[in-house]
Amino acid sequence: MKKLINDPDHVLADALRGIEAAHADLRVDHENRIIYRATPKDHGTVALVSGGGSGHEPLHGGFVGFGMLDAACAGEVFTSPTPDQMQEATKTVDRGAGVLHIVKNYTGDVMNFEMAAELAAMEASVDVRTVVVNDDVAVQDSLYTAGRRGVGLTVLLEKIVGAAAEQGRGLDDIVALAEKVNGDGRSMGMALTSCTVPAAGKPTFDLPEDQMEIGIGIHGEPGRHRVPMGTASEIAQQLVEPILGDLDFGSSPTIVMLNGMGGTPLIELYLMYGEVAAILEKHGVTVARSLVGNYITSLDMAGCSVTVLRADDEIVSLWDAPVETSGLRWGR
Amino acid sequence: MSTTDTITIEGFTAWLAAFRDRVTEQRSYLTELDSAIGDADHGANMARGMAAVMEKVGASPATTADELFKTVGMTLVTSVGGASGPLYGTFFLRLGMTAGAVAECDAAALSSALRAGLDGVVARGKAEAGDKTMFDAMAPALEAMDAAITSGASLAEATAAARDAAAAGRDATETLVARKGRASYLGERSAGHLDPGATSTALLFDALAEVTAS
Repeated sequence: MKKLINDPDHVLADALRGIEAAHADLRVDHENRIIYRATPKDHGTVALVSGGGSGHEPLHGGFVGFGMLDAACAGEVFTSPTPDQMQEATKTVDRGAGVLHIVKNYTGDVMNFEMAAELAAMEASVDVRTVVVNDDVAVQDSLYTAGRRGVGLTVLLEKIVGAAAEQGRGLDDIVALAEKVNGDGRSMGMALTSCTVPAAGKPTFDLPEDQMEIGIGIHGEPGRHRVPMGTASEIAQQLVEPILGDLDFGSSPTIVMLNGMGGTPLIELYLMYGEVAAILEKHGVTVARSLVGNYITSLDMAGCSVTVLRADDEIVSLWDAPVETSGLRWGR
Repeated sequence: MSTTDTITIEGFTAWLAAFRDRVTEQRSYLTELDSAIGDADHGANMARGMAAVMEKVGASPATTADELFKTVGMTLVTSVGGASGPLYGTFFLRLGMTAGAVAECDAAALSSALRAGLDGVVARGKAEAGDKTMFDAMAPALEAMDAAITSGASLAEATAAARDAAAAGRDATETLVARKGRASYLGERSAGHLDPGATSTALLFDALAEVTAS
């Protein structure tokens, strides 16, 4: 598999250099692999730290900046960052009002952020709280799994909670809002192809031309079902139905994201969004805001995911609030 | 048991080096196993982590077990990431705390230190028997080791028993449906593959048996 890399073992370090070169409003701590704002937010405001394995760009580094995250910790490709990185990021961005850790529900991420929070508690200097995002309806939340994965909703949560933090709301409020967003959103993804981890050099799994994976996560792991390839309209059905079956959106307006997995052209993502919007309309679900593009990816995987979030006036106004990051930018 | 039937700091260091060699040699194999039911990084992560461990250990040689394994555990925690970092890291940290400030361990002391390591893995990962994790190789290994010690086996015999039980535990993960970690997302599709974590744990006990063989 051809890749634009120098050395499979240096992908992350080299990419961080590029991020620093491209964005004057970001700083990169190369030793600790932390991306943070060049201009810290005001003293007395809650700071947001997220992080995870690399390969999901723009998540999370692309969402560092005004109106979203204060810092992001980058792990190796598809590997959680480590507690010392998170601890360092937490200390870097703390403005005296506490720090929220936004963690996607994967075993490694949860364990490492847990250890980071333990370290922070030992130093007793920073009030750290955690929200674990788990929005993936493909996984049954039961004793028999590690729980639902954190996927697309993470993007919406970082935007909405980031806006609230920028307004100066207190840590308890911020935590409650983050939990509300997590409870009110659901996602479902599919893959047309596998992806190639640079260090592995070949696709993580084989997916024949006439097959697709339904219920994938964001790490190139196979999904829950392998089914025959369908039309965009049929695929949209297979993504939206499980979401609507899992959460009653009632008459509430929603924010909908049609996210590309990294290897699918925007024209197909828009085509898919059209199908998704039509199905939602048929079910009486109103869409207040929408987002189409590559926001939480799985390297070069082809495919997409759908996220639907219940959004009252407060959520919509936080969504509309100004944001200035390399991944999302409006209103400022 | 003779007074020389112990594992020393040099022995522990040789154990770590032998584990490093195994995960490095089998890097591709571990990654291949992880590709089937995980995210294709276990081999690379373990190889990177153990390389960092041996570099640290070589740079500042420890004189006691607690010191040595604290370095090992913290290095794994801070250099591996994923689930393997906290799990193997916690294993070595707890192992060292229980072994204590000693320069050598006999079979019984080694076994109880390893047991504390396993307890740490359980506390961190919350895995139980049959979840298709490293627990399924480690727990039977320690049971076999304790049984051997109780029946008067030497250190070499006890670690050989642990090695064999870890390998059997690893093999038994093939038919299991994963209930923890990323493989659990696959449900029934996770059956039919060896668990990568149980496989690297079997290498850990294989390395221990090798360095303690008389």
